[in-house]
Amino acid sequence: MLAFTLRRFAVAIPTLLAIATASFFLMRAAPGGPFDTEADLDPVVLESLYQAYGLDKPLLEQYRIYLANVLQGDFGPSLVYEDFNVTELIAIGLPVSARLGVTAMLVALLLGGTCGIVAALRHNRLFDHATMTMAMTGIAIPSFVTAPILALFFGLYLKLLPVAGWNGGAAANMVLPVIALALPQLAIIARLMRGGMLEVLRANFVRTARAKGLPERQVVINHVLQSAAVPLVGYLGPALAGIMTGSLVIELIFDLPGVGRYFIQGALNRDYPLVMGIVIVYGTLIILLNLLSDLAYAALDPRVRRTYR
Amino acid sequence: MSAGGLLQSRTLRRAAGGELSGSLWRQAGRRFRRNRAAMGSIGVLLAIALASVLIPAFWPHAVEDASWENILLPPSLENWHWFGTDANGRDQFVRVFYGGRISLTIGLMTTLVALGIGVGYGAVAGFAGGRTDGFMMRFVDILYSLPLLFFIIILVTVFGRNIFLIFVAIGAVEWLTLSRIVRGQTLSVKAKEYVESAVAIGLSKPAILRRYIIPNVVGPVVVYVTLLIPTNILIESYLSFIGLGVQEPLTSWGLLISQAVGQLDTAPWLILFPATFLAITMFCFNFIGDGLRDALDPTHR
Repeated sequence: MLAFTLRRFAVAIPTLLAIATASFFLMRAAPGGPFDTEADLDPVVLESLYQAYGLDKPLLEQYRIYLANVLQGDFGPSLVYEDFNVTELIAIGLPVSARLGVTAMLVALLLGGTCGIVAALRHNRLFDHATMTMAMTGIAIPSFVTAPILALFFGLYLKLLPVAGWNGGAAANMVLPVIALALPQLAIIARLMRGGMLEVLRANFVRTARAKGLPERQVVINHVLQSAAVPLVGYLGPALAGIMTGSLVIELIFDLPGVGRYFIQGALNRDYPLVMGIVIVYGTLIILLNLLSDLAYAALDPRVRRTYR
Repeated sequence: MSAGGLLQSRTLRRAAGGELSGSLWRQAGRRFRRNRAAMGSIGVLLAIALASVLIPAFWPHAVEDASWENILLPPSLENWHWFGTDANGRDQFVRVFYGGRISLTIGLMTTLVALGIGVGYGAVAGFAGGRTDGFMMRFVDILYSLPLLFFIIILVTVFGRNIFLIFVAIGAVEWLTLSRIVRGQTLSVKAKEYVESAVAIGLSKPAILRRYIIPNVVGPVVVYVTLLIPTNILIESYLSFIGLGVQEPLTSWGLLISQAVGQLDTAPWLILFPATFLAITMFCFNFIGDGLRDALDPTHR
């Protein structure tokens, strides 16, 4: 287990460096600069702007300075949101995105898990078919379709919930974004949980547990659930990554002041430092969560450790 | 195997209607044709594809024809505005199929790019083996843990929102799983006894590749590719939705959905049609992919 952990860490560090490097050089390779405007700027003004942002130095020097700054948590000034540096913008957006994402994740796990368990216990019955059809629909319809329809229906027609806005994270404002964000993951989790349950329900140790006379409830709770949840643990990392990327459009649609909205604004306006900073922060988070999820998976299922070369 | 057994199995295969070398594929074909959901999906997809090619060419309204008198008309049979009109008075019916053209093309093209890179990379790694393989696959591991959608967004931001660059950007990050499949399959086939015996009787490397490796790799690749097409269509719609994908005057289902969202309170029907066609396409590709998997790998499940 220790060797496995170390090996996974050994991959994570160069990965992080690769993210920083790739995003830096890609952004610098971009045709068109951040100060390109409709009217041409005076060359002198442009030069002093470049100087102020350190863009006049040789590329490798810029890269070295950037890496050193990033290690200290300084992602440089934003080029579009004047008077803000990227670290401040991320600090403003992250609590919003985190609150949204974590809530959506919990909803997806609880509801998706429950649906999967019940569907497996009612295998090939109405509830099973209904849940799996819904899950298929949930996967096929992207969240940028469900989100506006939810807003239209519950916000505009029924006037039950606010159509958009954050309002300091009020519960009513969270409901629709959380649902829209959780739905695709909920569907995948339900399918995974059902698959895991069905496999374990047929296992020999479950038959033994039944044979020795345990009531079905106890068989399911003590024997089946634990093993059936293992594949789910392996999926936690990808699920969180999915929620983080899904959050981009959800924040856009519901006009929430999260990291995702800054990212898209940054991408549309060529705000290099902002986009790079967010990619590095999100990349780090995703890699760490993937790592945790993999480690937990390996701890629970020894076969994973062995197959990982 | 005894002579009788051999004879019997040959007779059986003949009786099943397959010649010796092609029988595996024929069996798979038969299993696939029995799968109603998959066959129906192929029909639906062909219909959508055909409509996407033909309707923009023959419809009475042109894609870019704006008309200020006919803004945001609801769907009706009158005047050929079957799906209504958008905020510029353009006919939504023809736009949905024109968008389908681009969405489907992007799905296919990006998958081709991913297929080229993934199969080449995986085959080289699997065939080379040893240290080269280890190094190449570590690289894939690293890319795997990156937030890929963010990278597509960076690629599109950096290299402009040109439609060909969207092909490349999506294809360039979606080849990873393909390379893993191809490499794993190549490695496992290479170790099989029948390949050893082929080497022993002096079959050349290209012949071994053609006779044993490729047929064994094709199955899983085909299945994965059918599932990759809808994924890529979805990624493109996602990009178009946030404004980084296809740009006007071109349009795609994602862009149509994005524009419809702006009119959701006044013209809620606008989102209905592109979203429905997008979802139907997702369903169909998924059904076909599942059907192919069941047909090509009868041991699955």
